Amino acid sequence: SSIMTAHCSLSLPGSSDPPTLASRVLVASRNFANDATFEIKKCDLHRLEEGPPVTTVLTREDGLKYYRMMQTVRRMELKADQLYKQKIIRGFCHLCDGQEACCVGLEAGINPTDHLITAYRAHGFTFTRGLSVREILAELTGRKGGCAKGKGGSMHMYAKNFYGGNGIVGAQVPLGAGIALACKYNGKDEVCLTLYGDGAANQGQIFEAYNMAALWKLPCIFICENNRYGMGTSVERAAASTDYYKRGDFIPGLRVDGMDILCVREATKFAAAYCRSGKGPILMELQTYRYHGHSMSDPGVSYRTREEIQEVRSKSDPIMLLKDRMVNSNLASVEELKEIDVEVRKEIEDAAQFATADPEPPLEELGYHIYSSDPPFEVRGANQWIKFKSVS
Amino acid sequence: MAAVSGLVRRPLREVTVRDAINQGMDEELERDEKVFLLGEEVAQYDGAYKVSRGLWKKYGDKRIIDTPISEMGFAGIAVGAAMAGLRPICEFMTFNFSMQAIDQVINSAAKTYYMSGGLQSVPIVFRGPNGASAGVAAQHSQCFAAWYGHCPGLKVVSPWNSEDAKGLIKSAIRDNNPVVVLENELMYGVPFEFPPEAQSKDFLIPIGKAKIERQGTHITVVSHSRPVGHCLEAAAVLSKEGVECEVINMRTIRPMDMETIEASVMKTNHLVTVEGGWPQFGVGAEICARIMEGISKKLVLEYSQAVVNIMYLNTYSIKRLKARSVWHFSSRKYFKSKSRKSCVQFPGCSCCSCHWC
Repeated sequence: SSIMTAHCSLSLPGSSDPPTLASRVLVASRNFANDATFEIKKCDLHRLEEGPPVTTVLTREDGLKYYRMMQTVRRMELKADQLYKQKIIRGFCHLCDGQEACCVGLEAGINPTDHLITAYRAHGFTFTRGLSVREILAELTGRKGGCAKGKGGSMHMYAKNFYGGNGIVGAQVPLGAGIALACKYNGKDEVCLTLYGDGAANQGQIFEAYNMAALWKLPCIFICENNRYGMGTSVERAAASTDYYKRGDFIPGLRVDGMDILCVREATKFAAAYCRSGKGPILMELQTYRYHGHSMSDPGVSYRTREEIQEVRSKSDPIMLLKDRMVNSNLASVEELKEIDVEVRKEIEDAAQFATADPEPPLEELGYHIYSSDPPFEVRGANQWIKFKSVS
Repeated sequence: MAAVSGLVRRPLREVTVRDAINQGMDEELERDEKVFLLGEEVAQYDGAYKVSRGLWKKYGDKRIIDTPISEMGFAGIAVGAAMAGLRPICEFMTFNFSMQAIDQVINSAAKTYYMSGGLQSVPIVFRGPNGASAGVAAQHSQCFAAWYGHCPGLKVVSPWNSEDAKGLIKSAIRDNNPVVVLENELMYGVPFEFPPEAQSKDFLIPIGKAKIERQGTHITVVSHSRPVGHCLEAAAVLSKEGVECEVINMRTIRPMDMETIEASVMKTNHLVTVEGGWPQFGVGAEICARIMEGISKKLVLEYSQAVVNIMYLNTYSIKRLKARSVWHFSSRKYFKSKSRKSCVQFPGCSCCSCHWC
């Protein structure tokens, strides 16, 4: 049968053509492994005797799921880049391509009933927490089909158990500790993932949050997404100590390879188990990298070299790493993954179509959602004769 | 007889503002398990000003939480807890310290419901003493009514007496929006008569409605918090001189009850605003601006006899309303001109026919 397989594969059209029925049958009949064991990098530990395991099992199903999710985030961010350059998206737009292993890996390590809050580089997390690409792109273009009805934009997207999307650097960290307080208060064994960047790590309010979280043993996982640059300032120029996983001092910490999704997943599982056992907060530093600049108004090459970006892309790209692992362990074939690429591309195209064509929210709704649960009232506009109705 | 009179008790229905707030919080803590209080010294110290006396003993560590001195941190924690479904009361030892945390109050609490398109509400109460105290110097004496009153998405209330304090704190806790409750340290110990309805566990004062504390016909005096007491004292003095003041207790700074103020000004044609904050960009300045812009359509229909197309008033907000320093204001009626007499207080001004001339 393997000879037959080889013969058939020679006569198939090139891989860029859409798969024919024959190749689908081929793929289905090929024997993939159900799962494979991989070695992952050992995490640096702070105030911890043991860390996450150094080997992990990846099932074929999970692998395909993670691949699809990471590819979707990648394509969505690149589409947002394109739409921004066409001036269909305006305002702020902070892209997370290069950091896909963080958002997908974190989600893989927690339950949907757990909570997550992050800063403004939030599109990837918005997707992994359950919103569709359609809703996200439509929110970026400011249309009424967006997840916040076009009133939040890039930095203010919310979903169930996902608290944004926060514009003020560092403010989300005490918020996350508060969500963890609610988890403990309700007694439901849930944890809160509270993310911030290497730039935000120097904010005073984060240390206030560390203190209270440790004092009250809140089930809060503080996660520093260290992509080496806080806007245009490299970590060496901003922090006296760049060991962000140690900055929690009395809070145990681990430093994780944020480009390897399996490493992120295992570390997250470890951290979540730690918090759920009632031991209090824990800190994770994810070492990752962003290909784009800080935001769309930053080309991203004035404070780092193109060579550096290229090196990371070629050696540590998270999607490439997962793909190589899966193909080399016979968890999936190149064609199968390419098929997923094509499907993802189509999904993003459709979403972008919707996001471009959907109408903007009507002007009459400008004053809506000022107060919650209140009867309608009038809001003064630019002068005393312009009034907007406000509905909760 | 003198000795006996010294033993006479105050009537039982008198309650201090402090006890009224305490009662209000106690009742709401009992009613809803999701309500909890956090702040500096609120638990084991019984409250820096003893406002939360007895609550920690009754409800314990889970619901009454002492925080370290980290305003930005614990205000953010309170807002996060509210986002996750709890109903926190966040106490600032004074509102001067809320400036450390003001980003969490405005950017994380007030704006979130709007920016999320109505998905994420923040049912939180920020409370504490506001404004001047007794000789505590500039850093500890600022009034934040104007700062917080500026921001959409926030509700801001400012109780004066015990009834206000209890009714407003209860309404604030039950409200699903971020509410700032500006109390006053010097009022905490002042007893007021508590009407029977205020003793009910469901006694609420609606946010957004002012109260006319004293009816009058000659001049409208608008105030909030402790100065309301001063206005009533001044009104009593002026009454002996034949000037009847209508004293309005705003109770709510945002959303402001302009209807009550406008109706009163339509009646009296004179306005004084009294507040503890600085005059520039203050609460009084806002009231004057709105009166200057003209009355709302509703009042035009109701008060068609007193039609004024544009009312032009000069008002000054003052810290203390004394009998002699009642300011005189000219209102210019655009279409009707009456016989012009020169004014005694403002020589050369002949635009109105008030009884001062």
